[in-house]
Amino acid sequence: MSAGSVVVVGGGQAGFQTAASLRQEGYAGRVVLVGDRHPPYQRPPLSKAYLTGRVDVAELAFRPGDFYARHRIEVVPGPVTAVDRAGRTVALATGEHLAYEHLVLATGCRARRLGVPGQDLRGVHYLRDVDDASALVEHLGRAERLVVVGAGFIGLEVAAAARQRGAEVTVLEFAPRAMGRAVSACVGDFFIGRHRAAGTRVEVSTGVEALLDDGDGHVRGVRASTGEVLPADLVVVGVGVLPRTDLAEAAGLTVDGGVLVDDHLRSVDDAAVSAVGDCSRFVDSRSGARVRLESVQNAVDQGRCVAARIAGRPFPYTALPWFWTDQLGSKLQIAGLSAGHDRAVLVGDGVGGPFSVYCFAGQRLLAVESVDRPADHMAARRVLGAGGDALAAVTPDTVRREGFRLRDLVAA
Amino acid sequence: MKLTFRRPDGSHGVHDTDPGTSVMEAAVAHGEDGIVAECGGSLMCATCHVYVDPAFSDLLAPPAEDEAEMLTCTAAERRPTSRLSCQLVLTDDLDGLVVEIPEEQV
Repeated sequence: MSAGSVVVVGGGQAGFQTAASLRQEGYAGRVVLVGDRHPPYQRPPLSKAYLTGRVDVAELAFRPGDFYARHRIEVVPGPVTAVDRAGRTVALATGEHLAYEHLVLATGCRARRLGVPGQDLRGVHYLRDVDDASALVEHLGRAERLVVVGAGFIGLEVAAAARQRGAEVTVLEFAPRAMGRAVSACVGDFFIGRHRAAGTRVEVSTGVEALLDDGDGHVRGVRASTGEVLPADLVVVGVGVLPRTDLAEAAGLTVDGGVLVDDHLRSVDDAAVSAVGDCSRFVDSRSGARVRLESVQNAVDQGRCVAARIAGRPFPYTALPWFWTDQLGSKLQIAGLSAGHDRAVLVGDGVGGPFSVYCFAGQRLLAVESVDRPADHMAARRVLGAGGDALAAVTPDTVRREGFRLRDLVAA
Repeated sequence: MKLTFRRPDGSHGVHDTDPGTSVMEAAVAHGEDGIVAECGGSLMCATCHVYVDPAFSDLLAPPAEDEAEMLTCTAAERRPTSRLSCQLVLTDDLDGLVVEIPEEQV
């Protein structure tokens, strides 16, 4: 065991933030960030500006190259092959061993496979990291007919970028709604409308039976559950992600849809191990439910929380979740978790224009989804974050009142 | 060109930077920790809030509607000089620009 050293596994948003925050918090020990062959970089643009060519690889880096040396953060290539919890060391594929006092797992997710015949044909793409995105950019430039499988955030963002680049685009979604796991029905429907207005064909309640071979190992089309064959020279699969927990499982840590952690984001089995970001399954302090979230906010706030604890300033994790997506010029910002809401109240210009949807369980506000209403979103983050009387004042009746503006409750 | 950050603790960071970059990008590149920039410049998070020195106010185009809306309910007090630094792209005539970093961003 080595006193005063932290090993962070994973160079994504959560891993980077943990390492950077350790130094901001004044942590003096050794910090090693085990990444991949790229310097730590931002992922949100990969399905947006990077696909339309507005951002290049260099601009994706979180920090300039000299940042890490200046802050004494050692960035080493992975992968980590094993964790020895008794000896408090990790083994790298290079054969090197790193001793730790604290181990932070920020291993993220991998793309879920479609699981149908033809899924390994050339021309079938997934989008998770910068290499995936670079491969996709190259093919998007030539693609004439794109089929996107899955109308989640990633699928719809790719559809938007491809449409902007002039491809003919069809989106197939197995569920009856778009972004159904994350947003209320009216927001999902609004975005389907936006995509259709941009010329994209969107079919919900439609699965995929097979991806079809052109006889030369390249995809030529998609056979949908309706029996229809959609010609395609490019297929992008965005059907969700699975947490990368192999390392944690092999180390004997409890994993159940993510690494199970306590209210300080420590593994429930070992206080020397924490899990942050997409791979961490924690108890949401508001609902009491165990959740695993895939967002920048979650990665950043969890990285900060763990870094502060290691640096000697512990606090339980209670940050308010928030999310965003940007498609075809419409901005969706979500504050809070809407899971379990039993009513959704739309406030604004109706489904055609800027609006916010207030999601309630009974009288209790759970989440606010804002479409092109950033002020509502910012106010919602304050009200939901603060809780107490300000939150209790927002009821279905309040938000229905003529002239209601959430920001007025924040100022009060 | 020169860009100066007045930090919450009263110290200054004076940096050489290039036209075409945003004030947020310059802050991040030069390790100004008070600029958080969680969303990477997508106008989604409002954690790159700055107060622009009034001497430079006239040189800047006013905030667009999106930016103005994102400035409601910022972590630190909103002032008439409040801007989101990801939206301030440096041009030659802004050489010497001074911005103040607020106490809080999140």
